Amino acid sequence: MDVMKKVPVREQDPNVRNKNFDEVCLGYNLEEAKAEASRCLNCKNARCIQGCPVSINIPKFIAEVKEGNIAEAYNVISESSALPAVCGRVCPQESQCEGVCVRGIKGESVSIGKLERFVADWARENGITPKGADKKNGKKVAVIGSGPSGLTCAGDLAKLGYDVTIFEALHEAGGVLVYGIPEFRLPKQTVVAAEVENVKKLGVKIETNVVIGRSMTIDQLLNDEGFDAVYIGSGAGLPRFMGIPGENANEVFSANEYLTRSNLMKAFDDEYDTPIARFKKVAVVGGGNVAMDAARTALRLGAEVHVIYRRSLEELPARAEEVHHAKEEGIIFDLLQNPTEILTDDKGNVTGIKVIKMELGEPDESGRRRPIEIPGSEYEMDVDAVIMSLGTSPNPLISSTTKGLEINKRKCIVAEEETGKTSKTAVYAGGDAVTGAATVILAMGAGKAGAKGIHEFLSNN
Amino acid sequence: MYKILKAENIADKIYLMDVEAPRVASHCEPGQFVIVKMDEKGERIPLTICDYDREKGTITIVFQTVGASTEKMAKLKAGDSFQDFVGPLGRPSEMVEEDLEELKKKKIVFVAGGVGTAPVFPQVKWLYAHGIECDVIVGAKNKDLIILEDELRAIAGDNLYITTDDGSYVRKGMGTDVLKDLVNNQGKKYDRCIAIGPLIMMKFVCLLTKELGIPTIVSMNPIMVDGTGMCGACRLQVGDEIKFACVDGPEFDGHLVDFDQAMKRQQTYKTEEGRAMLKLIEGDTHHGGCGHCSND
Repeated sequence: MDVMKKVPVREQDPNVRNKNFDEVCLGYNLEEAKAEASRCLNCKNARCIQGCPVSINIPKFIAEVKEGNIAEAYNVISESSALPAVCGRVCPQESQCEGVCVRGIKGESVSIGKLERFVADWARENGITPKGADKKNGKKVAVIGSGPSGLTCAGDLAKLGYDVTIFEALHEAGGVLVYGIPEFRLPKQTVVAAEVENVKKLGVKIETNVVIGRSMTIDQLLNDEGFDAVYIGSGAGLPRFMGIPGENANEVFSANEYLTRSNLMKAFDDEYDTPIARFKKVAVVGGGNVAMDAARTALRLGAEVHVIYRRSLEELPARAEEVHHAKEEGIIFDLLQNPTEILTDDKGNVTGIKVIKMELGEPDESGRRRPIEIPGSEYEMDVDAVIMSLGTSPNPLISSTTKGLEINKRKCIVAEEETGKTSKTAVYAGGDAVTGAATVILAMGAGKAGAKGIHEFLSNN
Repeated sequence: MYKILKAENIADKIYLMDVEAPRVASHCEPGQFVIVKMDEKGERIPLTICDYDREKGTITIVFQTVGASTEKMAKLKAGDSFQDFVGPLGRPSEMVEEDLEELKKKKIVFVAGGVGTAPVFPQVKWLYAHGIECDVIVGAKNKDLIILEDELRAIAGDNLYITTDDGSYVRKGMGTDVLKDLVNNQGKKYDRCIAIGPLIMMKFVCLLTKELGIPTIVSMNPIMVDGTGMCGACRLQVGDEIKFACVDGPEFDGHLVDFDQAMKRQQTYKTEEGRAMLKLIEGDTHHGGCGHCSND
């Protein structure tokens, strides 16, 4: 074994998996996990812990894996994270824990994400669940949204003895974990549902089909329903569009719609009633993780898929692993290009997309080089569907129905980073509702901060 | 689970159900809608709220069978349950938030088309309950498709005007013909028109009211998946803005809505839905012909 290199992880063959919805990555077995764990240098000043938004004691859990004490490793992770099987799969480890790993200086960093996933999967398969509070403290907290932020906040508060109820607008708990991230990256039944169950085992109640802002307002939760505090983890669900001609044509989808049909409503499965059209050639506009998910879903449903992104490969915001997987599966990347118009027939059906080529200029305010159109470089590509994946912004339902809740110009709720405290007393917020669309793990970090903030607030009241 | 207390077939392919949903019933207002899902594998179907009883905690829904899912839903009986029932969604009708004294000065006319009579009903009921009279025109293709006539008559009395496209009941003509007649021949003046029905009918009502100079509100009933502003499938052009029917609506200024675009958008899944229906009806004997399966 070469200690400079990660123990390779088994994956489904690209030419097999691009036709099914089963998980791409198969994970480590015990032997592989122990071998990978033995590569950890167990640094005293562990930079990986600082690189983790929820501060998992990484060297400690890896040391347990090395010894084969997987149950103990699970307990170490559970102290900090309620969703390890999810995070082991979808965290951008390369820019967090693994990005600062000392092993990574001369060779490849320790495969922390894959080890976390192994531990969480092993615990689930062996029926080990996190431990709840011994005693309730009699205080009630409402959590809005059952995505990563809400689940984390609810789990932490339940462990502290709070009586927590999560209100979820959709019919199934999990938020973006169920409607956004596809089955082939994050299995819904085995992984997401099981981790949601673990949060419930801590004593958290989940009420689905309640749209806060419509079914009830935040003030009603506090005044009529007897909650002592509220945590808003409602995410950023409102899709953006480009505003180019033809964008309201049929067969132009937001990535949210396309993915919701396939993931939450399981439209890819013939047993389910929700339809999803199968296309021949699809253009996905955008370069984030969501764009990769939409592209790889369309591919699995039988289409030739082009990802159109206005900057170069270097600026592509998606995780490296996702881009790598997408390329292996046969997704075509049309980089340094930008759509200017969607072409339709007289019935309003998509027939093509007009695209202009770009070059990179000076860096803009985001620090990335600004894409500039190359005059006269426009061309037309025949496609029968377009999926817009340009990011999302927070839904205005809550902010527009809650007096005294400050929002910024991007429609995000204003909240303190350390505590989640908002401008309204007893109301805390975090995750995408505050930051705009970000990652699962950052939302979880904010959920932890919110739980801490609420605990401090209610302990002093 | 959300229990069905009453289930009736009230007209050809049109069904009415009372459903136990206390959270929805305690907060809903006229103009809002719900989303129902029958079972684990069902679709999320948006439906307008026809009536509500805050004390009993029930919601009355009315729907027309248009595809596989609604066809299946029509088979549910009293005692059965919906797995999911979400709401109220969308914004309440403008009138609910208006100053009552100002509203009392306005002369309002409703034009309901077919199953669009259902969402008109709670608005008419609300107005009369607040002491405001209004005119109600109900149009349908034929006599068998007229719904809620007795219920509306009990509230609006002689201010209810019925018409059928084929003349099989009361009079022959469209809702627009009645409106034209009331304004041009019977000296009626209206400050506001509220039109709810099929897109094509709302389009023609809007063309007429533009001519007559009557501000008009329409309720868009497009394709929705989540109904909470997440998917953008229900987007429509209103003036120079793109709006989401589920969070910004469902009611909009009818004179600004791009109906032609909305009608094109509505086709997207209509065909797919039709195919799914074929599959349902034909069951095991379904082998192609729908454009949807490998045997075509």
